[in-house]
Amino acid sequence: MNPATSPTPPPPIQNHQSPIQNSPAPRSPLRPAVVELRTPEGILFTLEPAGPMARLLALLIDYAAVSVILQTLNIVLLMAKIIHADFARGLAIWLQFAAPIAYSLACEWFWRGQTFGKRLFRLRVLDARGLRLQFTQVVIRNLLRPLDLLPLFYLTGGLTAWLSPKGQRLGDFAAGTMVIREPVLFQPDLDQVSPGRFNSLRAHPHLAARLRQQVSPELAATALQALLRREGLDPAARVRLFAELAAVFRAKVALPEADLAGLPDEQLVRNVVDVLYRPRPDRDAPA
Amino acid sequence: MIIDLQRFITEERPCWDELDAILSRLGKDPAARLSLEQVERLHYLYQRVSAGLAKLTTFASEPELRRYLESLVARAYGEIHETRRRARRFALHRWFLADLPQSFRRHLRAFLLAVAVTFGGALFGGGAVAWDPGAKAVLLPFSHLQGDPAERVQQEEEEGAARHLDGRKASFASYLMTHNTRVSFFSLALGMSWGVGTLVLLFYNGVILGAVGVDYLAAGQARFLFGWLLPHGAVEIPAFLIAGQAGLVLAGALVGWGRRFTLRQRLRAVAGDVVNLAAGAALLLVWAGFVESFLSQYHEPVVPYAAKIGVGVVELFLLAAFLWKSGAGATPAVAQGKEDRP
Repeated sequence: MNPATSPTPPPPIQNHQSPIQNSPAPRSPLRPAVVELRTPEGILFTLEPAGPMARLLALLIDYAAVSVILQTLNIVLLMAKIIHADFARGLAIWLQFAAPIAYSLACEWFWRGQTFGKRLFRLRVLDARGLRLQFTQVVIRNLLRPLDLLPLFYLTGGLTAWLSPKGQRLGDFAAGTMVIREPVLFQPDLDQVSPGRFNSLRAHPHLAARLRQQVSPELAATALQALLRREGLDPAARVRLFAELAAVFRAKVALPEADLAGLPDEQLVRNVVDVLYRPRPDRDAPA
Repeated sequence: MIIDLQRFITEERPCWDELDAILSRLGKDPAARLSLEQVERLHYLYQRVSAGLAKLTTFASEPELRRYLESLVARAYGEIHETRRRARRFALHRWFLADLPQSFRRHLRAFLLAVAVTFGGALFGGGAVAWDPGAKAVLLPFSHLQGDPAERVQQEEEEGAARHLDGRKASFASYLMTHNTRVSFFSLALGMSWGVGTLVLLFYNGVILGAVGVDYLAAGQARFLFGWLLPHGAVEIPAFLIAGQAGLVLAGALVGWGRRFTLRQRLRAVAGDVVNLAAGAALLLVWAGFVESFLSQYHEPVVPYAAKIGVGVVELFLLAAFLWKSGAGATPAVAQGKEDRP
C-alpha cells in the first residue's frame, strides 16, 4: 500500500473493441472502445467508458438536482432577507457560484465517483489506471469543467471525449480519470436452467461423460446463455435457436431416441446444459 | 473442461462477499486504514478472486459472473496497487500553513513567469495609454474608468460616506469574490491550452492594470490610485498570479520539456500542487473581495489615503512573508507520500 514498499508499475492499458466473446454487439462510433487493464498478476479486467449520451443525460439530472438544491436554499434566504437583505443577496450570489461546484466535489468524493445523475445512469468516475480515485483528481476534473463547456454546450469536452480512446474530456485527461458505465452485477441463477425437472440424460452416465468430453466450453456457454436469455427472445427465433443447438448436440453425441422421443428441443438443450454445468457424480454414476 | 459453475459459486461466494464488504468499508471512509492482518486478508482475497476470475475466463464463459468478478477484482486492484498514501483527514490549518506555501515555492518559476508576463502586459498597456490617450477607450472595458481620473477622484471624495455602495456592500463583495474566482479558475483551466490561454489572460490583466495606472499617474492622482487599488490589489493581484501560476504548472506538465516521465505521470505529479494553488487563490480572492467592498471604495475624507496605502503595504508584506516562509520546516506532503511523484 505504501509507495516505498510496493513500487508496482502501472498496468499496461489496451483498447479493444470487445473482449467479451458472448456479447459481440456492434459498437456505435460515438461510444469509446472497451478499456482492458491487466494487473501485475496477469488478470485482465475490462472497463467500459461511458457513452456521450449517457453522460449528457446524467449531466442534465445533475443540473436539475442543483436547481432543486438552490431553490430550497432560496427559501431559507427569503427568511434571511427579513433580517438583512444585503447579506441574503450576497449569500445568494455565493450559492449560485459555489453550489454546483460543491455538489460535484462532494458527490464524487463521498460517493466514490458518482453524482445523482451518474448513479441513475450507472456511471462512475474512476482513476484511468484503475486505481483509487483521489480527491485532487475530483477537484481537477471539476476545475477544468469551464474549459470543457466552451464555446457552448460542452462542445470542447464532447469533442475531446469523442476523440479520446477512453472517452475523456479535458478535465478527465488532466485529472487522469475516466467515466465508466458500471455493469449490472448479479450472479447467474442456474436453477432456471433446470428447475428441479427430471433429466432423462442423467439415466445415461456414459452420455453425460461423452457430452462433457465433446462439447467445447464455448458451445456450452452459448447454450447456457441461450437458456438464461430465452425469455427475451422472439418466439420464432427462440424455436429456431434451440432447434439449431439441439441439432448440434445430437450431431456430437448419439442420443438415445427412445428416451428423448417427444422431448422438445429446448428441453433437450436444458438437459444437456444441466449435465454440463452441474455434474453430479453420485447421480451420474451407474447404479 | 467445463467448470462446475454451481459448485464454483457455492465455494467461492463467501470470499467474494468478504472482499466486497472490505472494499465497501474502504470506499465509504476515504481516510480508513487497515491493520496489517486486514491488509494480508485483503491481499489473499484479491488473489483468490483473481484466480477464480482466471479460472472462469479459461474454463467457462459466463459473462454476468465474469463481469461481477471483474468488478470485484477492479475495485480490489485499486486498493492493493495504489502507490499513493490514503488521504489524511483534512486539517485546514496544516493545509493553509504548510501545504499551500510549499506548493507555491515548489513552482516559483511558474509564478515568476506569470509575474513577468503580467508586467509585460502592464508595460504595454501603460505605454499605449501614455503614447495615445485615446487607447484607453479600447483597452479599458469598464465605463467608470473611461472618464477623466481627476473628475472621478473629485466626485468620489465629495460623495464621502454616502457612497453608492451603501446597503449593498455584502452583495457587491460576493459578486467580486465569485467573479474573480471564476476568472482565476478559468485562467488555471486555460493551462490545458499548453499555457497559451493562461499567458494571454495574464498579459491582458497586465494591460488593464498598466493602462489604469498610467492614466491616473499622468493625471496626478497617484495617492488616490494607490489608496484605491492597494488595499484589495495587494491580495487580489497576487491571487490572479497564483491562479496563473497553477495554469502554467499544468501547462508545464503537458509540455514536459526535458522530463523523462510520461504525460500521465507528469500530470499526476502536479495535481496536488495545482489544487492547492487554486484553493489558495480562491481564498485570497475572498479576502480581497471583502476589502474591496468594505474599504477600497471609501476615500478621503472618510478614510485617509495613507491609512489605506498602509493597509495595502502591510497585506503585501504579510502575504509575501507567508508564501516565502510559512511551512518551511514542515515535511512536504510529497515527501510524506501523500502525492504521486514520478
